[in-house]
Amino acid sequence: MIKNFLDKIRPNFEEGGKLSAFRSVFEGMETFLMVPNTTSQVGVSIHDAIDSKRIMSFVVIALLPALLFGMFNIGYQNYQAAGVEAGFLTMFLYGFMVTLPKIVVSYAVGLGIEFVVAQWKHEEIQEGYLVTGLLIPMIVPVGCPLWMLAIAVAFSVIFAKEIYGGTGMNIFNPALVARAFLFFAYPGKMSGDSVWVSKESIFGLGNDLPDAFTMATPLGEAGSGAAVTSSFTDMVTGLMPGSIGETSVIAIAIGAAILLWTRIASWKTMVSTFIGGALAGFLFNVSGIDTTIAQMPWYEHLVTGGFCFGAVFMATDPVTSARTENGKYIYGFLIGALAITIRVLNPGYAEGMMLAILFMNMFAPLIDYFFVQSNINKRAKRAKLQ
Amino acid sequence: MSKLFSKENKQVFAAPLNLDNPILIQVLGICSALAVTAQLEPAIVMGLSVTVITACSNVIISLIRKTIPNRIRIIIQLVVVAALVTIVSMVLKAFAYDVSVQLSVYVGLIITNCILMGRLEAFAMMNGPWESFLDGVGSGLGYAWILVVIGAMRELFGAGTLLGFTVIPQCVYDAGYVNNGMMTMPAMAMILLGCVIWAHRSLNKEEK
Repeated sequence: MIKNFLDKIRPNFEEGGKLSAFRSVFEGMETFLMVPNTTSQVGVSIHDAIDSKRIMSFVVIALLPALLFGMFNIGYQNYQAAGVEAGFLTMFLYGFMVTLPKIVVSYAVGLGIEFVVAQWKHEEIQEGYLVTGLLIPMIVPVGCPLWMLAIAVAFSVIFAKEIYGGTGMNIFNPALVARAFLFFAYPGKMSGDSVWVSKESIFGLGNDLPDAFTMATPLGEAGSGAAVTSSFTDMVTGLMPGSIGETSVIAIAIGAAILLWTRIASWKTMVSTFIGGALAGFLFNVSGIDTTIAQMPWYEHLVTGGFCFGAVFMATDPVTSARTENGKYIYGFLIGALAITIRVLNPGYAEGMMLAILFMNMFAPLIDYFFVQSNINKRAKRAKLQ
Repeated sequence: MSKLFSKENKQVFAAPLNLDNPILIQVLGICSALAVTAQLEPAIVMGLSVTVITACSNVIISLIRKTIPNRIRIIIQLVVVAALVTIVSMVLKAFAYDVSVQLSVYVGLIITNCILMGRLEAFAMMNGPWESFLDGVGSGLGYAWILVVIGAMRELFGAGTLLGFTVIPQCVYDAGYVNNGMMTMPAMAMILLGCVIWAHRSLNKEEK
């Protein structure tokens, strides 16, 4: 049925048709809904049945548990802060209403820019933004205004992606660039104690909280030297304040299982990130540095903040991570270790995952270079021996 | 008199303003362009200082170009530039103390500005004093206007002011607008400079 409809409207979009200005939009929608019809014209090439649009769809599916839980958690935090009892559905609906505008803004701005660029350069629309557009709303605090989100999305799509050549060519993870932009441009709305709980009621759902109401994340508390109020169980289930998608370890674990089962993400990166984080956390535990955050048990480091989310969804991004199989161990390990080091040693940043991943994105090609080069040397030696 | 404003001389003066701009095309003097442009006022002062120093040093070197032994020319150029920079730095301290504090080491670092050495080596060493003067003023102003553009953008979006006067009205802030802290960082100056170069090159595509 969809195919018939697409075939019927196709002539409008071809060269000379009255809607030829939207050719790229049409192509994008067609390949998104169905497997593309065109095959390579020269030579023999074998393709997997899964193209990059399917891969992106799987990642979106893997993100859903964390997103849905994040919506519920927004409602939960709001009702708990107001001291009002409410059912599960009310809390979820409230969180849904708060999150939906962010997702819509992120997709509208990001896809808008992608469409314009694709049309301008006469290319097909690239599908990378499907995932980025969902990631960005999930890694910002609830209190981040929509116009800031729009600016950050525009900045990251243009400067982190399009100027490098679009999807697949970027050095840095665009979602993290958007967050880093927000973090440095508008620190008052991205960190601190007043942005983690949604404060306004929408359509009669939720509660209005006073502007002065503050609620710190566990990492924020530990960073400023206060006692951490959330229990370890809360940190695992995710019933604590934090960015929208990052709080629940369980929901992220479901996503990780999907990614690993479909072999989209590399288990090597994931595992080594956790090992790196655990080791660094443990070293700070026994190092004798006497701050709250250095003495925070290493297993709590792994379940707070964006560590899990970053390790599962950001570090494993196939475009920006190391591509050699052995390089992935080094890459992941250094991300984990750096993230904890930044958390503990830099009082300005309570969370180090974002900076650690961006930093290692930069070094991924170097890691790859060393492993490829050592392989070449090994083979050259072998060739000489014979 | 007509020779003073001949077509060639006009070209000497105008080229560095646009098609041979020291920052946009030659990509020289980037360091100071990123460091002093957080606000408009230091950017203007810095641009004018560089203009004065390039023009004067160009004239002086051009006057003595035939007596300079080739092997020690860089040292002689440096002595001239250093003397001029010291004079400018003292004048700034005497008459515009606040700005000179804001500019801090970057006035002294004009000595190492690549635009200066580049113009002395490439132009003043082989042209007469009047042409060299025009070239120096042109190069300095070409540097200055980029600084002013970037400084204005950074101050407007980073602090909501221009030359210290509030430009963005209070009602915009009440509506939820927040100054962009990234604009006050040198990293953003780099990105803005890249955008200016981008715009400039796509505008002048045919002429190259």
